Amino acid sequence: MIVLDDVHKFYGSQQILRGCSATISLGEVVVVCGPSGSGKSTLIKCINGLVPFERGSITVDGVSVSSPETDLPALRARIGMVFQSFELYPHMTALQNVSLAQVHVLKRSQKEADERSVKILTRVGLGGKLGNRPAELSGGQQQRVSIARALAMNPQAMLFDEPTSALDPEMINEVLEVMQELAVEGMTMIVVTHEMGFAQRVANRVLFMDRGEIVEDTPKDQFFTAPSSERAKQFLNQVLTH
Amino acid sequence: MNYRWDWSVLIREPFADWLWSGVLLTLAISLLSWAVALTIGIVVGIARSAPSRTARLVAGIYIDVFRSVPPLVQLFLWYFVFPEMVPDSVGLWLKRDLPYPEIVTAVLAIGLFAGARVAEQVRAGIEAVGAPLLPAALATGLRPLQAFRLIALPLGLRAIVGPLTSEFLITIKLSSLSLTIGVLELTAQSRHVENYTFQGFEAFTFATIGYLVIGLCATGLMRLIDNRLGGAALRKATA
Amino acid sequence: MSDFDWGVIARSYSFLAEGMLLSALLVLVATVGGLIVGFGLALMRLSTHRLISVPAAGYVTVMRSLPLVLVLFWFYFLMPLAIGRPVGSLTSALIAFVLFEAAFYCEIIRAGIGSVRKGQSDAGLATGLRRWQVLRLIVMPQAMRAMGPLILNQIVIVFQDTSLVYVVSLHDFLTAASVIASRDGRATEMYSLVAVVYLMICLSITKAAEFYRRRRPS
Repeated sequence: MIVLDDVHKFYGSQQILRGCSATISLGEVVVVCGPSGSGKSTLIKCINGLVPFERGSITVDGVSVSSPETDLPALRARIGMVFQSFELYPHMTALQNVSLAQVHVLKRSQKEADERSVKILTRVGLGGKLGNRPAELSGGQQQRVSIARALAMNPQAMLFDEPTSALDPEMINEVLEVMQELAVEGMTMIVVTHEMGFAQRVANRVLFMDRGEIVEDTPKDQFFTAPSSERAKQFLNQVLTH
Repeated sequence: MNYRWDWSVLIREPFADWLWSGVLLTLAISLLSWAVALTIGIVVGIARSAPSRTARLVAGIYIDVFRSVPPLVQLFLWYFVFPEMVPDSVGLWLKRDLPYPEIVTAVLAIGLFAGARVAEQVRAGIEAVGAPLLPAALATGLRPLQAFRLIALPLGLRAIVGPLTSEFLITIKLSSLSLTIGVLELTAQSRHVENYTFQGFEAFTFATIGYLVIGLCATGLMRLIDNRLGGAALRKATA
Repeated sequence: MSDFDWGVIARSYSFLAEGMLLSALLVLVATVGGLIVGFGLALMRLSTHRLISVPAAGYVTVMRSLPLVLVLFWFYFLMPLAIGRPVGSLTSALIAFVLFEAAFYCEIIRAGIGSVRKGQSDAGLATGLRRWQVLRLIVMPQAMRAMGPLILNQIVIVFQDTSLVYVVSLHDFLTAASVIASRDGRATEMYSLVAVVYLMICLSITKAAEFYRRRRPS
């Protein structure tokens, strides 16, 4: 469903991505991990065109992300994204946050959109926080609103960019649980995360990145038991002994 | 447009002479008022962030008053009203014996106005860059006044060179106000040439480019000083 | 000279009030027009196409380095020549003010937009909103908070700037006062009055802006 082919990304003279290729099929859950600065976040931001890249191609359902003819907003509307720092709109309530794009992108009526928002916010356990602004919510609650905001668009796939890195430890689980439910329901997901427990429970495959390259692309069990590269072994040693 | 272009007015005498004397006068007034503004701004700005309540209050009133009355009104007050308010002997001296009374008045009026703005920047600089280091300075055993003088003040002053650039540019632009009391600076001289030759486009273009060049030089000068002092790094460190 | 005649203020009240009305009109037009043109300029400056952003940046730089007096002269003396028919001094001053202040409002709006984190527009774009929708629905409402006090301060400066129409003989508040000052020989009374009135108006707006900024830390 999502195909990356030899993607290169430069910031000035610095190369961030060095020929990344991977294929993610429908219903798969892929965890992307690796040391910080390895290009994980940049890679998934390339998938919905938030970060332009210089060489290679990315297609979503056969539609090229980088082609100038592509209707990028329409493509983005089909892929949900969750950010490390939540990025909820601070001037709107939780309900308004979730309804906004439904009204302005999917052209649903306000009433229809709000009804769906209530349903989804209730599903992520926030039915009682509809009228609250982001500043009045805890980090875990904010991130769940942000997941609801993406789900409300009926996306075909979801991108998660370190969704728990900005959270206090006691709030990480409430977010991971919501993500795990999504995975069980068959959502196609690409998750950049350091939560190896989540990867072990939920992922089908693990992409290990280092210095802008995808060093390993292996089924989950093989990654944790018998990683093929030295760099992945080192990385696993560091995160698992923590 | 029925206009006969004649750029030669810019090099023909006496017009070239007028324009260049305007440039020089604009430069002189700008630099002198900037010197006044810096002096007043630093003194008042320090007073504004000083430990003494009275000093802060007086400085605050100065800043409020001199920033709130339009500079042109201040100029008129100094030029038309001030000589009437002082004792007759002083007033007489101001009117009769003060050399270049218009220029001196303009420099002081513009400097006092710009000084209030500079003072605000000085206070902001000390508050943002210097003050956060005060506890650390006190912890090393410095007395409050020493900590202020040795740490907060020099760092604060270094950090504001960048922001002061726009105040310098404002001061240069304000120098044009002096034409209202008869100083023949750059804008006045370009108007003067327009009046004599009807070649307004050429004359005003000269003035426009003149201000642009002066402004660019001022910006460059301030940037040079800022780089020497490492102001950008200081501002970034506390941002 | 100790014999002040404050009665001159009462006698010239309606003339001064008309002047203040003209000052207010100038402030209103310069602010509304300046904000509209400035918003357009800010959008141009934020464009990724250099052909669009560079001319806007050039315009802003030039306008910001010129004294308002010179800009007023450009339009007052030369606009009639350029379009081949007389232009009233009010019209020329209004146009000069809008185009001049637009450069300053542009920078305020640009700073306001810049104060909104990039992640916010990324989040909007990621849900499929188009750029102008992101700007209108997400970025501008947040930018307004940062811009509010800056716009209030700029209005104070515009109000002070309006006194410069003195040089093109428009009867704003200051010019009206100066007419009476020289007609009746009452410079002390008139200019003191002008200073006090400007002081009160400008100071209240400045203090309101400070209060607003403090109540809403960004």
